[in-house]
Formats: sequence, structure tokens, C-alpha cells
Amino acid sequence: MKNIYKIHLIGVGGQGTVKASTIVGEAAMKKGLNVVMSEVHGMAQRGGTVVTELKIGNAHSPLIEEGAADLLIAFEPAEALRALNKVGKDSFVIVNSSPIVPFTVSLSISEYPELSSVFEELKNKVKNLLIIDAQKIAKEAGSIISENMVLLGVAVATPNFPVDKKLVIQSMKENLPPKSIETNLKAFEKGFEEVNM
Amino acid sequence: MKIKEILTKKEGEKLFLLGNEAAVRGALEGGVSVASTYPGTPSSEIGDVFYKIAREAGIYFEFSANEKVALEVSAAAASAGLRSFTFMKHVGLNVAADSFLSTVYTGVRGGMIVLSADDPSMYSSQNEQDNRIMARLAGIPLLEPSNPQEVKDLMKFGFELSEQFEIPVLMRTTTRVSHMRGVVNLGLVIKRKEKGCFKKNPEQYVVMPAHVRKLRKKLMEKLTRIKEKANNSPVNKIIDKGGRALGIITSGGAFNYAIDVVSENNIEVKILKLAFSHPFPEKLVLDFINSVDSILVVEEVEPIMEKEVLAIIGKHNIAKKVYGKLDGSLPRIYEYNPDIVSLGIAKIVNKEIIRREKFGTKLPLPLRPPVLCPGCPHRGTFFALKKAVKKLKLREEDIIYSSDIGCYALAIQAPYKMADYCISMGSSIGIGCGFTKATNQKVISFIGDSTFFHAGIPPLINAVHNKDNILIVILDNRTTGMTGGQTNPGVPIDGMGNPAPEVSIEGIAKGSGVEFVKTIDPFNLKKTEEVFKEALQFEGVAVVIAKHPCAMITDAENRKKGISIKYAINQEECIKCLICVKNFTCPAFFIEKDGSVNINSLLCNGCGLCTQVCPKKAIEVKE
Repeated sequence: MKNIYKIHLIGVGGQGTVKASTIVGEAAMKKGLNVVMSEVHGMAQRGGTVVTELKIGNAHSPLIEEGAADLLIAFEPAEALRALNKVGKDSFVIVNSSPIVPFTVSLSISEYPELSSVFEELKNKVKNLLIIDAQKIAKEAGSIISENMVLLGVAVATPNFPVDKKLVIQSMKENLPPKSIETNLKAFEKGFEEVNM
Repeated sequence: MKIKEILTKKEGEKLFLLGNEAAVRGALEGGVSVASTYPGTPSSEIGDVFYKIAREAGIYFEFSANEKVALEVSAAAASAGLRSFTFMKHVGLNVAADSFLSTVYTGVRGGMIVLSADDPSMYSSQNEQDNRIMARLAGIPLLEPSNPQEVKDLMKFGFELSEQFEIPVLMRTTTRVSHMRGVVNLGLVIKRKEKGCFKKNPEQYVVMPAHVRKLRKKLMEKLTRIKEKANNSPVNKIIDKGGRALGIITSGGAFNYAIDVVSENNIEVKILKLAFSHPFPEKLVLDFINSVDSILVVEEVEPIMEKEVLAIIGKHNIAKKVYGKLDGSLPRIYEYNPDIVSLGIAKIVNKEIIRREKFGTKLPLPLRPPVLCPGCPHRGTFFALKKAVKKLKLREEDIIYSSDIGCYALAIQAPYKMADYCISMGSSIGIGCGFTKATNQKVISFIGDSTFFHAGIPPLINAVHNKDNILIVILDNRTTGMTGGQTNPGVPIDGMGNPAPEVSIEGIAKGSGVEFVKTIDPFNLKKTEEVFKEALQFEGVAVVIAKHPCAMITDAENRKKGISIKYAINQEECIKCLICVKNFTCPAFFIEKDGSVNINSLLCNGCGLCTQVCPKKAIEVKE
């Protein structure tokens, strides 16, 4: 493992970005690694963009330098573009293909880019790109709200991910409500298989 | 992790804690007996944790009516010999300031920590004030943790410091420390004292001029002794990375960026990290200055330590360059990050700093401003009021919407545009009083239930006494919503989770002499509109209480009961008038590419308020 592994997660309020990040952080702690994480709380959360950052290894600040993320997990396509400043040529990028169009677009005060051009832009820039239909996979697993665990499964299966799958699963069990754990584990495994097929 | 583990995990174990959660564990390890707060981001989660564990921990916790009361509750406990902890956001300390400053004069017997969560970059605040200045104004010892582990450890340290010198201690965090998660090694939770006993001593506790003149002198003597302690304190550390050309003096969250940039780029510097930074440890800093050729001060937000360093340099006639905010090496506004700090250091050190290629995009990105949630009762209030204003043919430019701190300030957005002025907790009514006297415009003030209890009552009394012509809308959503849903004096549960008397807003309004007081349910749009029409025509102070639980409360209740109602558009009935999308603006609604209107089932909370808005009754429960 590199000295410090840096993960940037971005999504929209309600997608479970913070939960997914916390699960990774606790799993890293279980492995005996140092880990720092930055979260967004409060006003910024209501329907807005939610960003968390994790540094696993010998780091003090939880914020990632521009262009320095080892891994970007974008829970929403346009949000992947928003996070591009943290992405460099060696970064690995996972992006969920289902868009969440905010009401500002319906009110014509902002614009949502064509999905095809979003993916094209990402393909042109990012060498290591995985576009995942997390919504479809989550539905297959039994619940549309497990999208975050699908993406987490994908992340754990990427090369250089610093924490073992077993520890992530253990951390999931300690952080998710017992009644939804079965569906979430299924979603996680399906995500994991997307990469390892 | 389960929140309960913050209390139950044993000494020697580890938890992955938020800075705010670590503050609670630190308080428990420090033997806290009484804790009090008024919720405010970025400090809110501290109270949320106490709310969940206080009963089991056997300590007393309350969500006080406001920060001043919270500080007073803790000050009294500490004066009676108990260890106490009060915490608030940075601007909350302004509300508490009157009692805060006097408590530093009187001193305490049990350890007392006041935590101020500052918000550089103003993620959820109205200003960027740096409360390290407040430490200097008050003359109070100041602790600045950099990460959750230090938050926890400095809580215990703070209690001991406070008791040793019989003075409260201020802990200043910033958003990136409060909302940073990290691995925390736990210590022992110690048994708290259950009850204290207040020993009378009016010369100490009654701040009459004759007494405070003596207390002021005593405080200065205390600070001299505390300064000696800061000079020798193990929490102030030197990190030597070799090299004497540059010395960095830093504190709090800013330290994290400095050390990471220095480590990543192998820059040879000496770092002085101050966690106990007021009274400023002059001897320690002087020795440090003498050991290096130049100094860079890395601190958020104001150049406070930088000025202290410059004062020491001036006092001792030292000719050394000091870099920081004042010479433009680092910015004076907003929070730092690794890129900002590395740019600053690159200007000073003669070394290539790592620069990475990064990407960007030219594509348009959708705006995601904070919005009123689907199911939010405030939407009904604003929608009905807007209609009432229109029906009475009042012109928008003849109305001043005076808003307040809470979710309802989000009505600033189109199409409502019902927030013209908003400056602080409770200001909607006081500002309204001013406008009624200064203009002929109609004043409508909006204030939430919790904000009303916090600072809305004195200006209401003011409005009545001064015969103002004002409509005051109290949006009672049965919680303190913006900060995540804490209890307040208007709900039947207290900060311990125990049943409590509900304080009646209607009773307060009537008791203050308001003649027009009506309570409505904003989920009845027609009735709400009628009452607003009446209220708008009333001469004098009119109070309308719009009472309906926050969507977060109904969501939680529905989840518990297993209820999941979703609404959908009957496309055959829909005439695409777009009232639901453009006038009502529930974020669950959207327009498809083909122009048809639809509801996102993931976002719909099943409130059904939209059915009252649709002229064709085309919104139906989804089968």
C-alpha cells in the first residue's frame, strides 16, 4: 500500500455517502491503519451536494489536495464532474450512472448536462473509469436505497484498495440497521462482482 | 459504531469518532456532571450524543432555551463544585457573552469548559468570527485541538486546568475538527459527582462594582500564573523536522495542513504546535523564535497568533521576518486546506513543492442549493401566505419579509422570495419593529418555534408595547429542525429524553398582550390562507402560529409504523399548468423531457399537500 491512500466521495443528500465513508474508515481502523475523514453536516446537507474525504495512512488533515485522489466514488454522474479537480491522471474513478436532477433544472435556473456528454467527458479524461448502474443492481439486490453499498462493493474490488473485503463487511454489520443488512450485503456483493467478473 | 459505545467502550479500546463525539467521551472521562447547550452547527452533534446517553451515564443534560441560559446553567453547576460542560456554535457565544465574561471574573470551583465551534468558510453560519479573540476579550485560558483524539484528551486536561486555577476554560474547534472523524484511543470514564453544594461568597459571585474591581485584579494575577503553565505545558509541542531557516507556529485544524505539506514535500522546518494558546506562552514562543531564522504563522481565521509573535519580536528587539496573513503569504478569509497552505509555504521556502495535474470540466453543472424538504410544513405556510398577499392585491415591494435563523429562511429562493432581511437568532421581530417605524411598508416576520423561545420573546413584547403594525408568523414545526431535530421548550420531551411540560407559544403571545393570536395547520391550505388574509388586515400586532411537525418527524414516524405512501401524477388529468413545479416547488416534482410532470418516488414523503395545490386533482396516491 502507498503511504497514504486518498478517497473522495461525492453524492447528493440522502444517498448514504457519509454512511459508506464511515464504513470504510472503521474497516481501516480495524486493520490497524490510521484514518482521518471529513464530513459535511448541517445546512449543506438539505438536498445539496455531499462530500466526504478519507485519508488512510499517515495523514493528519482529512482534506485531499487537488488532483491527488487515489479513488473517486461519485454517487451521481454530474457530481463526478464537480469532483474532477480532485482527480489526476492516475486516479481511479467509479461513477453511478443514474442521475438525480435537482428542482432547479425544472425551474430553468440551472442546467443538467446531457448524460452522454458527462460520460464522454469522463472517458476522455480518466484512464481508470468504471461506470456502474448502481440503481439497477440495487433493485436486483432488493432495495433501491442500497445504491451506496453497491458502489462500496465496486470500490473494495478496485486494485490498491487498502482495506480487506472481510473487514468492510464486518464494519457494514456494525453500522447498518440489522433488518436491512441482508439486502445491503447482497448489494455489496453484486457491486464487488461487477469488477471481478 | 453505535452511539451508546461512546459511553460503554472500555479504556484501551478504539473508536472512529467525530470530533464532536470525541468531546462527549472526553467530558465523560473528565467526570462531567452537568452539560448544557443550544444546538448550532458545527457543534450540534455534541448535544445529539448527550441526548442519547445522558440518562444511562447518570449525568444531567439540557437543551437550554438559548446559549446564554446554557452557559449560566453550567456556570452555576461549576460554582457548586461540579464539573460542567457547555458548548455552542461560535455566534452562540455572542448570545452568551454577557454572562460568559462575568463568569471569568467570578471563577468557578468545579472544572468548567465552554466549547465554541467556529465555522471558517461559513458552511452554516452568518459570519466567520474567530472566537480566539473572545478568549482575549474575556481573559480565559484557550485550548485548540487539532483532531478528535486531541478534542477528547484536552477535555480532561481542560477540567483539571479549570479546577487548578478556578477559572472556566474555552475550547475552540473549527468545522474541520468538529466534523472530522479519526481513530480515538479511549481512556477511563470516571465517576461524576452527583450533587454539589454552593458555598456562599457574595464578594466572588455578585458582580457589583466594588467586587469586580477586586476580581479584575485577581483575574490578571491568575492569567500571569496560567501563562507560566502554558509556557511549560506538555500539550504545546515542538516537532523538529531539521532545518532552522524557517519555524512554523500553528494551532488547531491549521496544524494538520502544515504538517502534511511539510511531510509530503520533505521540507526541513521546526514546528511549534500550540494547543494551549492563551494566555499566549510568551517564553516558549520567544525561545522558539530565537532558534529559527524566520517564522511562518499558520492559523485560521484571524492573524491572532501572528500579532502576538510580532509583539514578542518588537518587545525583544528581534530582527526576523514573520510570514502569515498580514504580509499576504496566506489568505485572511475562509478556511485553509492543503493546497492553500502549500502555496503559502512554497512562496517562502526555497524548494520545489509537489504540484499535481488536475482536471476540470466546461460542462454546465446543476445547482443544488439547500431546499425545504419534501413534506416540509413551511411550504404550506409560504404557499398560503403568498396567495393571501395576492388576493389582497398587496404589492411585493410594499412588503418587507423579515426572516430568521432556521429552515424557513430558505424561502429566500424563487418563487417565494420571502426573506428580505435576516441577521441573527430572533432578529426577525426586532428588525420588523424597526421597519414598522421607519417605513410605511407592511412587515411580515417569520420565526421558528425554537428560535422564538431562544430570542423572539423580548422583541415580541417590544412590538406590543410600542404599538407596532406587524404580522408575526411563528412556524412551529415541533423541533429545532435546521440543526438536525433537537427538542425545545415547546415540545413535551426534555434534553434527557424525559417527559416535560410544553411551553405554549400561544400563551406567551396572549400573555404579552397580543390581541390577534391564531393557530393554524399549514396542511390545510384554504384555512391557512383565510387566516393570513385576516391577519394581514389587522391593525396592530398579529401572531399566526403555523403548527405542524417537521417532515423529519413524520418521516421517522412513518418508518417506524411501516407506512410508505407515495403520490403520482394522473397523466390523463394533468393539464401541465406547472403550479406544482413552479409555484409550489416540492423538490420531488420534475418535468420529463417530453414536458410531462412526474413525481420522484424516492423523494416523495407522502405528505399529500400537493393534492390541495393541483387545480385538476390530478395528483393521486400511487398504487
